[in-house]
Amino acid sequence: MKFAIQVNEGPYNHEASVSALNFVRAAVDAGHEIFRVFFYHDGVNNGTRYTTPPQDDINIVNAWSELAEKHSMDLVVCVAAAQRRGIVDEGEQERNGKDGNNIAAGFRISGLGQLIEAGIQSERLVVFGD
Amino acid sequence: MSDIKKFMYVNRTAPYGTIYAWESLEVVLIGAAFEQDVSVAFVDDGVYQLLKGQDTSELGIKNFSPTYAALGDYDVNKLYVEKESLEARGLTIDDLMALKYEDEDDDWAEKDSIHVVPAAELADILEQQEVVFSF
Repeated sequence: MKFAIQVNEGPYNHEASVSALNFVRAAVDAGHEIFRVFFYHDGVNNGTRYTTPPQDDINIVNAWSELAEKHSMDLVVCVAAAQRRGIVDEGEQERNGKDGNNIAAGFRISGLGQLIEAGIQSERLVVFGD
Repeated sequence: MSDIKKFMYVNRTAPYGTIYAWESLEVVLIGAAFEQDVSVAFVDDGVYQLLKGQDTSELGIKNFSPTYAALGDYDVNKLYVEKESLEARGLTIDDLMALKYEDEDDDWAEKDSIHVVPAAELADILEQQEVVFSF
C-alpha cells in the first residue's frame, strides 16, 4: 500500500515523531511504499541538523536522515511552518537574507501543496500528532 | 479514474492558544487550489474557531477569523459543526459567523456554508471521506 505520513509535533516534546518513525520503518519492512513524509506545525523541527540530544538519547533527526538515504524517502518540511520556526535551507537562506541554514540531510523545504498532493496520490494518509 | 478525492479537515482546537487552527486554515486555503471535494469539520473546542466577534487585540495575536469568510470564494462551502460540541459550550449557530457561498448550480444563490450536525451524522460524513486531516 502507498502511504503518506504527516508529522505535526516537535521531535522531543511529543512522541508523535518517534511513533511516525516506527510506523514508517514497519511499513517499509512490510513492503509498503512511503510516498512522502510531510512535516507540519512544530513537526518541522524534525528537520534541523543542529539538533544535539544527549548521547544516551535517540537522535530523531539523524534517524530520519538515515531512513531517507536508505530508502530514497521524500522528507518534506512545510515552508510556511519552517519560516516561522527558523528551519532554513540554502534557497531560503538566500531568499530571506539569513546568515546560515540548518536543514538536515535528506530533508527538503517545500509548500503545503506537497501535503495535498500526498493525500491525493496515496492510498492512506496517516497523521501523527495530538 | 477520477483524481478528485473526498478531503475532510477536522478542527478540534480553539483558534488561539496553539497555532493548529491557523495553520489548518492555511492548508485548507492551499488545498482549495487542487479542486478536491472538500469539507471541514469543527468539533470540541474547534467550534470556537467560527465564533463571531473575535477580538484578539489584548492578546497581541493576529485575529485570523475574517479569513474564514473567504472559504466560500474558494469553493470550500461544506462546513460541519458538531451540535454536541456547540451545546456543551453554551453556544448556538447564532453565535457563529454567518459564512455564505454562492451556488453556481443554483443561479449563484447565496447559501449558508455552516451546517450544524449531530455527532452521529458527522460520524457518517467522516466515514465517507478518503483523506482526513486532523488538526
